Amino acid sequence: MEKNNHSHRQLVIMKQSLFDQGLLDEQFIQLEELQDEANPNFVEEIVTLYYRDSLRLISSIEQALKERNMLDFNKLDTLMHQFTGSSSSIGAKKVKAECNLFREYCSAVNIEGCMKSFHQLKKEYASLKKKLEAYFQLARQVGLSEAECHSK
Amino acid sequence: MDNGCFSTPRRDFPAGLRVLVVDDDPTWLKILEKMLKKCNYEVTTCCLARQALNLLRERKDGYDIVISDVNMPDMDGFKLLEHVGLEMDLPVIMMSVDGETSRVMKGVQHGACDYLLKPIRMKELRNIWQHVFRKRIHEVREFENFESFESMHLMRNGSDLSEEGNMFALEDMTSSKKRKDVDGKHDDREFLDSSSSKKARVVWSVDLHQKFVKAVNQIGFDKVGPKKILDLMNVPWLSRENVASHLQKYRLYLSRLQKDNEQKSSSSGMKHSDLPLKDVGSFGFQNSADKQQNDASIDRYNYSEGTLQHQNMETKSHESNPKGTVPHSITAEKVKAFVPLESEGKNATFQSTMSTTQYSWTEIPKTQLKKEQKPIVHPEDNFNLLPLHGKQHNIQVDQSQSIASISSTPSIAEQDVAGCIETKPRFADYKKDYTSSVSSIRSSVDTFPFQPGNLMMNYQPSQQAISTTNLGVKTQSYNNLSCISDLESYQRNLLFGGEAASAAPLDEDLYFYWHNMNFGQQSIGMPEYYDPGLLTEVPNHLYDSTDYSVIDQGLFIA
Repeated sequence: MEKNNHSHRQLVIMKQSLFDQGLLDEQFIQLEELQDEANPNFVEEIVTLYYRDSLRLISSIEQALKERNMLDFNKLDTLMHQFTGSSSSIGAKKVKAECNLFREYCSAVNIEGCMKSFHQLKKEYASLKKKLEAYFQLARQVGLSEAECHSK
Repeated sequence: MDNGCFSTPRRDFPAGLRVLVVDDDPTWLKILEKMLKKCNYEVTTCCLARQALNLLRERKDGYDIVISDVNMPDMDGFKLLEHVGLEMDLPVIMMSVDGETSRVMKGVQHGACDYLLKPIRMKELRNIWQHVFRKRIHEVREFENFESFESMHLMRNGSDLSEEGNMFALEDMTSSKKRKDVDGKHDDREFLDSSSSKKARVVWSVDLHQKFVKAVNQIGFDKVGPKKILDLMNVPWLSRENVASHLQKYRLYLSRLQKDNEQKSSSSGMKHSDLPLKDVGSFGFQNSADKQQNDASIDRYNYSEGTLQHQNMETKSHESNPKGTVPHSITAEKVKAFVPLESEGKNATFQSTMSTTQYSWTEIPKTQLKKEQKPIVHPEDNFNLLPLHGKQHNIQVDQSQSIASISSTPSIAEQDVAGCIETKPRFADYKKDYTSSVSSIRSSVDTFPFQPGNLMMNYQPSQQAISTTNLGVKTQSYNNLSCISDLESYQRNLLFGGEAASAAPLDEDLYFYWHNMNFGQQSIGMPEYYDPGLLTEVPNHLYDSTDYSVIDQGLFIA
């Protein structure tokens, strides 16, 4: 019980910090509200989908950025636009902000800016992914121990 | 969702609403699916636009509403929007992470009934049923209007309905809509009970539409009418109502295009407005209506002159006339409203005096007679009339410039004179409701030199005659002033009283057409803006009751 409470509290703190750090926004809460008995792991499923989709987009962007001197800014903008939409689905606030910055550099035809921005974006993305994975892991633990508690 | 106000919703409407979601983003697709399911809607998801179109085509009437993302790899969301509007005539909601005004505007112009920004909240999805409901109401009303036009039974309904007033206190319904709601009270019963309301939904495929366009061009835009088109098209399963409805859409589309063109060269049109006003000046109808949007439509009505109307409409009645700029092309057609010449501003849209309208009608190319059934404008419909439209557009400008030029209406044929013509039918219906107000108008009408035959409504033959008569009218110091108050009250009656009015069976086309016209570009794509009730104000009063039948015949080109 004690342990359970402690984990539960930890979970709450962890989630709060994600919001405080600006990594997540209200959309994430929306997803949590959608979670119900029919879809008990809805949020995690959505986030997993997001990882898959965003990995694909990131690698496409990376490919496109390889054409160092002949960047197709339209294509980059399109890809990043998709990435923005995708990131908005889970409420990835910082990632989304970085996407918009990248798109601004695109429209300004600023290669240097694009490169820098993309690098930053990947960092933010990796950081968010790591934190979310830890969060869900803890959430699962709490869920399990709660189930155990109730079954007792 | 509060369905309490529905008289007889389809069991548990809007639960069970069949939504088709199209989005290439798998994450969003899943989220939206979940959200919609939580709203008790029936959801089908699709990640490709082409796939979505196939689904829609396979199961005609299998969906109530479509939600689509704007940016998709295989097809532009706007294009999908156009296809859906043209072929299936379903309400479409666009969504995007990009909320730039120009994009939203484009969506609306292409016919989207709403544009949502991602991230989308569930509460935004809860209310999408309103778009379905709204459309149904319009359709049924349209249909009924049509019927009543022929049978005048709507009048009965109208008076019944008006008593009910705003039974449907749908929260999102504005007051203008309320009127419609009343009308749709019993309509709802019908269409809510079955997904296909009174009329079977016709899917206007590209082929079918091509046939339609061909027929229209063959007949001559100014002489066109549902029956003629139907005969020419030679499609056995197609009904006259279907054609009429499509024709209306088409006209709206054209007029919108025209308007776009006009706006580009709007200055030309605007200038003219001053002129006519002076000439017509005698008409000092107060646009009581202008306050209402309906007025706007009324203004259009007066526009027959073109210039006059335009001005008013454009300059002033912006409030009432979202589409102020339309005047040129539209004026001809829908000179519904009596736009007091002085419409200082209120009525900007109201075109002045009856006389103006009177002859404007005549001036309006025969083509104007189009009968448009469907009030809903789908500007995005891919009517292949662009070139035509352009042509018309030019002509219209000329038209507005001088009445004389109107004589050469044949070229203008494309113009959507429909507005004018349509009003006629309404007259008959309105007569019942507004006898008192009309009578006063009638007297004024009588002063017009126009004979029923001369009225534009008849378009065809009297083009030339009309122009001359118009001139005559113009100079004629129409003592409308005396009628103004009558008109005003009439208009008001129309506007408000009007369920019946809105039912305007006669010219639902006209009416809708106007309505759309009035709203300007933005509203074109928005069915909700369309308030049939507004249209009812049609200048029925312009016509002497005795002329009604004649007019009706003349107008009713079909």
